[in-house]
Amino acid sequence: MKRYSAFAIAREALRHHTGWERAWTSPEPRQRYDVVIIGGGGHGLATAYYLGKNFGITNVAVLEKGWIGGGNTGRNTTIIRSNYLQDPSAAIYEKSRGLFETLSQDINFNLMFSPRGVMMLAQTQHEVRGYTRTAHANALQGVDTEFIGPQRVKELCPIMNIEGPRYPVLGALWQPRAGTGRHDALVWGFARACSDMGMDIIQNCEVTGIHSEDGEVSGVSTTRGDIACDKLGIVVAGHSGRLAEMAGFRLPIESVALQALVSEPIKPCMDVVVMANTVHGYMSQSDKGEMVIGGGADGFNNYTQRGSFHHIEETVRALCETFPVINRLKMLRQWGGIVDMTGDRSPILSKTPLGNCFINCGWGTGGWKATPGSGWGFAELMVRGYSPLTAAFGLERFREGRFIDESVAAGVAH
Amino acid sequence: MLQLECPNCGVTAEETEFAQGGEAHLTRRGPEASEQEFHDYLFAKENPRGVHFERWRHVNGCGKWFHVARCTATLEIFGTYSAQTLEPPREIRDRISKKRPGWSWREFA
Ligand SMILES: Cc1cc2nc3c(=O)[nH]c(=O)nc-3n(C[C@H](O)[C@H](O)[C@H](O)COP(=O)(O)OP(=O)(O)OC[C@H]3O[C@@H](n4cnc5c(N)ncnc54)[C@H](O)[C@@H]3O)c2cc1C
Ligand SMILES: [Zn+2]
Repeated sequence: MKRYSAFAIAREALRHHTGWERAWTSPEPRQRYDVVIIGGGGHGLATAYYLGKNFGITNVAVLEKGWIGGGNTGRNTTIIRSNYLQDPSAAIYEKSRGLFETLSQDINFNLMFSPRGVMMLAQTQHEVRGYTRTAHANALQGVDTEFIGPQRVKELCPIMNIEGPRYPVLGALWQPRAGTGRHDALVWGFARACSDMGMDIIQNCEVTGIHSEDGEVSGVSTTRGDIACDKLGIVVAGHSGRLAEMAGFRLPIESVALQALVSEPIKPCMDVVVMANTVHGYMSQSDKGEMVIGGGADGFNNYTQRGSFHHIEETVRALCETFPVINRLKMLRQWGGIVDMTGDRSPILSKTPLGNCFINCGWGTGGWKATPGSGWGFAELMVRGYSPLTAAFGLERFREGRFIDESVAAGVAH
Repeated sequence: MLQLECPNCGVTAEETEFAQGGEAHLTRRGPEASEQEFHDYLFAKENPRGVHFERWRHVNGCGKWFHVARCTATLEIFGTYSAQTLEPPREIRDRISKKRPGWSWREFA
């Protein structure tokens, strides 16, 4: 793999950009791999990357039914934070946020990680108490957050109206090293690094069946032929229920649409990410100048990647009141993704009833931020059968009543 | 945006008048249920891509519950019917069979 660098750009400029090579190869699928990962989103590719990097396992294929990153990874609003309440969540999200700090250098691909700071507004007394509690929990977990007052909120984000009248801003949970990153770059960077280690990234390859022998997985059927494997990782977000059905079990997951939208680009006016759970909206400004906006998930099972208009309307209405300057902005694009919601709003990283078949799903509305940490833990789980990062997130927690309740931290989709 | 007809009061309205309440036709077992059965009742979701039967409530209307037969892959609505039933009515199942040959749903496939 040729390294990307400022020098490489200069060199290629001098020879009319004839020397760039393909970022990853597109081979025909082989008949057998040690490990097959279903789903070429961020989490699937991160899993493959850490299988190679941390465990030296490189006879790996990532099978993607469309194009890599075409699922939720390429559809999210790129917020990265780790200010969750429960210890297992703080551990995996903070691991992930920490990996983002140096990941661009590690995989030689600019992820545009921007730790610009994220604030979650408290607009009711209930939220003030809730976030104060989270700030205390975070202090014990070693996650750097702080509860700040309304004046500090206004200093950090001058375009915000903190006066209300409906929901005055009473304070915020502030995480200074949280922020945003570039979702496509993460996928491309991981695919390039995986390909460089000798793994096969196979696009336009839909898995249509899962084979087993004596209760152990033996391979998969795909639209490009049968592929055998020793171990299988299912990492398909909103489609997890369908793959679980192929493998012969059901999941505590409902698939629903979550939408986002961006405005026309404007001059820089906001250099932090603001989330407002009470009014159900959040916003940040992209490097291109667009205001990136998201809100709550739609209320019923849906696989169409198309949401209902009234959800957007509610989100925008709330944000116009919080940020009066945006009320004349034109919106450029709107889209939806199918998110995999669990009852406790925490993910599932687990063994399954089928031997050597593992599943990583349930990230719902908030898994982009967790991509590297999830891949790190899930690769370890697949290799060793145990990972301290994923232990609490097993499927058995539902049977045993050990929920990891993050419905407050995930109150608004992000 | 879905349009639903409430079979209780006869009103046809946009989805904003209603709220979905999860999968329909779950078997509510008694105290004799095994742990596995109770687990499945609570957590093993159908979550199909295609024909789905679900509970909805006319929250901003008559307030009553009813059932909807719907396709989650196209958002097409096959029909709404009373919640006081263990299975979808024949008429709705026939309509679905015509449009989605070979569909299935747990026991009453
Ligand atoms: C609008 C929106 C905004 C969001 N905002 C944020 C945010 O700000 N911050 C945050 O942390 N999270 C956010 N999220 C959530 C985040 O996007 C997801 O949790 C995360 O990207 C999931 O990654 P993944 O790799 O598991 O899934 P995906 O990226 O969806 O990848 C799964 C892949 O599996 C493939 N696949 C499915 N079925 C098959 C099959 N049968 N065979 C082969 N391949 C298959 C799909 O094509 C897809 O590419 C948001 C989500 C949405 C929709
Ligand atoms: Zn009614």
